[in-house]
Order: sequence, then C-alpha cells, then structure tokens
Amino acid sequence: MTTLAASVEGSNPLLNIGIFALFVIITLVIVFRASRNTKTASDYYAAGRAFTGPQNGVAISGDYLSAASFLGIAGAIAINGYDGFLYSIGFLVAWLVALLLVAELLRNTGKFTMGDVLAFRMKQRPVRAAAATSTLAVSFFYLLAQMAGAGGLVALLLGVEGSGAQALVIAVVGIIMIAYVLIGGMKGTTWVQIIKAALLIFGALAMTLWVLAKYGFNFSSLLQAAVDKAGKAGETLLGPGKQYGATGTSKLDFLSLGIALVLGTAGLPHVLMRFYTVPTARDARRSVVWAIVLIGVFYLFTLVLGYGAGALVGPDVIKKAPGGVNSAAPLLALELGGPVLLGLISAVAFATILAVVAGLTITASASFAHDVYANVVKRGKTSPDSEVQVARLTALVIGALAIGGGILANGQNVAFLVALAFAVAASANLPTILYSLFWKRFNTQGALWSIYGGLAITVVLIVFSPAVSGKSTSMFKHADFAWFPLSNPGIVSIPAAFFLGWLGTVLSKEHDEKKYAEMEVRSLTGAGAEKAVAH
Amino acid sequence: MSTTDTGGPPDTSETIWERAHESTEFRELRSRLRRFVFPMTALFLLWYLLYVLLADYAHSFMSTKLFGNINVGLVFGLLQFVSTFVITGLYVRYANRKLDPVAEKIREDIEEQA
Repeated sequence: MTTLAASVEGSNPLLNIGIFALFVIITLVIVFRASRNTKTASDYYAAGRAFTGPQNGVAISGDYLSAASFLGIAGAIAINGYDGFLYSIGFLVAWLVALLLVAELLRNTGKFTMGDVLAFRMKQRPVRAAAATSTLAVSFFYLLAQMAGAGGLVALLLGVEGSGAQALVIAVVGIIMIAYVLIGGMKGTTWVQIIKAALLIFGALAMTLWVLAKYGFNFSSLLQAAVDKAGKAGETLLGPGKQYGATGTSKLDFLSLGIALVLGTAGLPHVLMRFYTVPTARDARRSVVWAIVLIGVFYLFTLVLGYGAGALVGPDVIKKAPGGVNSAAPLLALELGGPVLLGLISAVAFATILAVVAGLTITASASFAHDVYANVVKRGKTSPDSEVQVARLTALVIGALAIGGGILANGQNVAFLVALAFAVAASANLPTILYSLFWKRFNTQGALWSIYGGLAITVVLIVFSPAVSGKSTSMFKHADFAWFPLSNPGIVSIPAAFFLGWLGTVLSKEHDEKKYAEMEVRSLTGAGAEKAVAH
Repeated sequence: MSTTDTGGPPDTSETIWERAHESTEFRELRSRLRRFVFPMTALFLLWYLLYVLLADYAHSFMSTKLFGNINVGLVFGLLQFVSTFVITGLYVRYANRKLDPVAEKIREDIEEQA
C-alpha cells in the first residue's frame, strides 16, 4: 500500500511532522503553565470550576468535534452526498437535550461525575459502581475508536508505512495524551481543547470560503460541479438514500442510528463532566449555547467541504487514496493550498485526536478514582490528595490500555465502536440521568436496572449484529453468529432501558422523599452547589 | 426503606430543603421550567424524527428540486439547524427572564438560613 504522502505529488511529510511538533510544543508549554495551580481534587477534575461559559463552550466543541466529525463527515458527504449530512444534523440537534434537560441541573447537583448525581438520593455504593461501569465502557469504546482509526490516519498523513511504524505513531499519540492529562489535569486538557477547537474551526472556515470563492459563492454551482465530477451516478449525491436507502433493513438501521445520535450526546460522560468546570449553572447554560453555535456552524462548513472535495478531488480519487473516505478533507486541502495547507490540516487532525482522547482519559480516570476508589472501595474515607493520586495512576493505566488496544485494533473497521459508545450513552446513561433529575419515585433498583440493563442489551445486540460478524465489512468476516439484523441497536436498547428503569423502580419500595426534595431544590436553584476555587 | 447512606441532615425535623420545596415560589419555579422544557423537547424531537423519517423513506420527495440544485432535503436539513438555533435562543431568553430571578431569590433565602 502506498501512503498518501507518497501517492500524492507535492505532499511533504517533513513539513507535516514539523507543524505537528510545533503544535505539541506550544500546547505542552501551556499545559505546564496551567498545571501550576492544580493542587486539589477540584482543580484536577474540574479545573477549579474557574472556566467561563464561553471558554467552556469552545472546549466542549473541541471535545465533541472528533476526527470522526471532521474527516468522517466531510468524507461521507464527498462519497455519499446527502446521507453524510444526516449525521451532522443528529449530532447537532442532540445538544438541545443537553441544554434543556441536563446541563444546568447536573451542574447544580454534582461535583465531578455522573455518579455524583445518581448517588445524591440513592444508595451510594451500588449506583456509583454502576455509573462508573457505564462511564468506563463508553469512554473505552470511544477511546479505542479514536486511537485505532485516527492513529492509522495520522500515520498515513505523516507518510509512515508498515504496521510497526504505525504502532509507534499510536504509542506517541498515547504518550503525549497521557502527558497532557497527568501534568495539566482538567485545566491543561481544557486548554488543549480550546486551542484545538480554534484551529479546527478557523481552518475549516478558511477552506470553506476558499471552496465557495471558486464557485462564485454560489452553493448550487458547487453542487453541480460535485454532480458532474461523480459521473453517471452523480445526481444521487444530492438526495438522501445513497448510503442507507438500499433495503428495508438498512433504512431501519438508519432510523436506529438517528435516534441514538440525538439521545446519546447528553449521556456521554466526557461531555457531562465538562459542565463541572464552570462556576455556576448559568455558565453551564452559556457554555452549551456557545457549543451549539460553534458545532452548528462547523457542520455547515463540513457540508461545503464535503461537496467541495467531491467537486475538486472527486469521489474516485478519494476512495482510492490511502485512508479512503477519511482522506477527503486532507486531499481537498492539498488541492486548494498545496503542501502547506495540507500540513496545517493534518496538524489540526492530529490536534483533534489528542484533545478528544485526553478528554476521554481524564473522564474515565475521574470516574474510577472518585466513584469506585473513594466512594465504593474506601467508602468516602479518603483524602482528596490520595484520590487525585489514584486518578493519575488510572489515567496512566487507561492510556496504556488505549495504546495497546489502539495498536491491536489498527486497521479494523472501528466505526461500530463509535456507534456502540453513542448507543450505550443513550441507553444506559440518559434514561438514568433523566429519571434521576425529574422523577420523584425513582430509586436505586431502577437506576441499577436501567444502567446495567441498557449496557448489557446494547453490548449483546452489537456483538450479534452484522457489524461484528457475517458480512464482508464485519470485524470477523469469516464467522457468522449475527442474529440481530441492525448494526445500530438504539431503536431497541433505548426504549428497553427506559422500560427497565421504570420497572425496577416500581418493583422496589425504596424511596427517599426528603433527599428528593433537597435534590430538586438544589438542582433548580443552585443553592449549595459546588463553588469555584479562587486562586 | 427511607434511609440511605448518603449522609445529610437527620430525619427528625423538617429541613430547610423541605421548607423550600413546599414554598409557592419553588413550585412556581418548577412549573415554569417544566412548562417550557417538556413541550419544547417533545417538539424538537418530533420535528427531528419527521426529518429522519422523510430522509429515510421519502427519497423522491426530498430530492425534489426547488431552485438550481437546492432540493427539499437540503432545505429541510438546514431548517433543522435553524430550529436548533431558534430554540436555543428562546430558551436562553426564557431562562434569563422567567427562571433565573426566581431561582436566585430562593437560593439567597436558603443560603441565609444555612
């Protein structure tokens, strides 16, 4: 297999590596500076709750716009046209769930993790263990997908051939990510996300304007050029159905995906944790507003970039390039601005991976140290210092697992891991959070049934889906143990988890009226909420 | 079973939280919040579901061209962006005017007592 660098005239791997290195050096300096004030648990997990709403909003968009959003969606639009656009709409509308139902109430009731909110009025140890289990599961699936898919991609952009060298690149990504998290804690991680979001959004804006300028700022002419370039089947790019419209099953699969996307975001632990980095619920609201605007505008850019790549590079060239669909945006950059722009866009892709995996790692380590170690194992009898020690150690272990898993999964079809992460977030986490915030009667048994039930159903359905076995695109091509027809389990697992949460609740008499009254007052008014740390 | 190991104040007397919970101000705050967020959530979820179903099952309708190469599907998709931005704006305005002042007053009362 030739590399992108080798296959495309004019690309310069040394230039790309130079720009990457510059980004890493600048961010590491900033992380070091930010780390000087990181002392307490609140500093490490929640950046002292001292970020402003707009800063956190930019960081959220940096956390959320993963390599899948940027490279994946632009590529999907270039190849499949309209169907690629459908993803971005689900990813965006999902933020209304976070804004209206979750962000502010969560900020007012918890300290660091999702487990804090659930444990408020329930039996601490079982619900914290459950919350940590699903947090670790979602984070790990998401992390592995980023490491495997993106590790390989960066290797291609750098012109690295051979699986040994690619493993080295994945390891380097992992080590830098661990350094960010260990040194900078949440504050350092947040700054990395802010810088990355700014680079990504401005990079995409510049390319969008460039593409539009080539077509006289007439979007319809751009579409026409994409249609012409694609040849015979070009016209199908403009309408839905090219990717998902084939059969009744594929249509149902798409519906299922759409539901998981819109309900998954507000249950993603690394998104939830970001709401604790601001001083008040009002700032949490402001940060979601900023995130919605930035993410929405960014997805409009990807629409132009996707069709632009289709028009200027062409779907055939993109499909044949190493990295396939994911190479659409980098190839467009090369077409527009030559090797320098390609280097910049590659650096942005690299920054994207680093920022997202760092956010996932700190979330998973916080959940383990705060929920499992401090409250389940030590029953709350531990000092914040030793809790942070454990969190740092956990970050190291998770980083090592991510590197190992990323190397093993390199080259695999990992798209189902992202679908799995969203489906688990929508099935196990969201019903539990919503019941916990809004349903007076909800109790420990209900929470356990919805978390463990949602998690188990989702994982089982994925394992026995065509994503894992039975098809040429499956993880195991030569085995066939699939009996569930859909690759996206959300349409079954989400209603099932809501039902289990209800059933578990009504079958148990446990109910703490006083604690619910307290929780409801706290969540709506912010009375007694965790304050920002003054340095 | 009403005891949990979450700690907190003893169960004997009515707490500050319960008094606040029963107050008319708090009831008003809760009903204002729910009156806005529940119908709005239902609305945007249905609107999104309508869009997904049309994109999934009504291909020829969505591919109908309106002007140039701009078809119904593209306009529908862009309207999802518009509705998301509009609902965000409406909620922020509502929260600033109708929720924050009441919440702030209740919070100050509680924190004075505590």
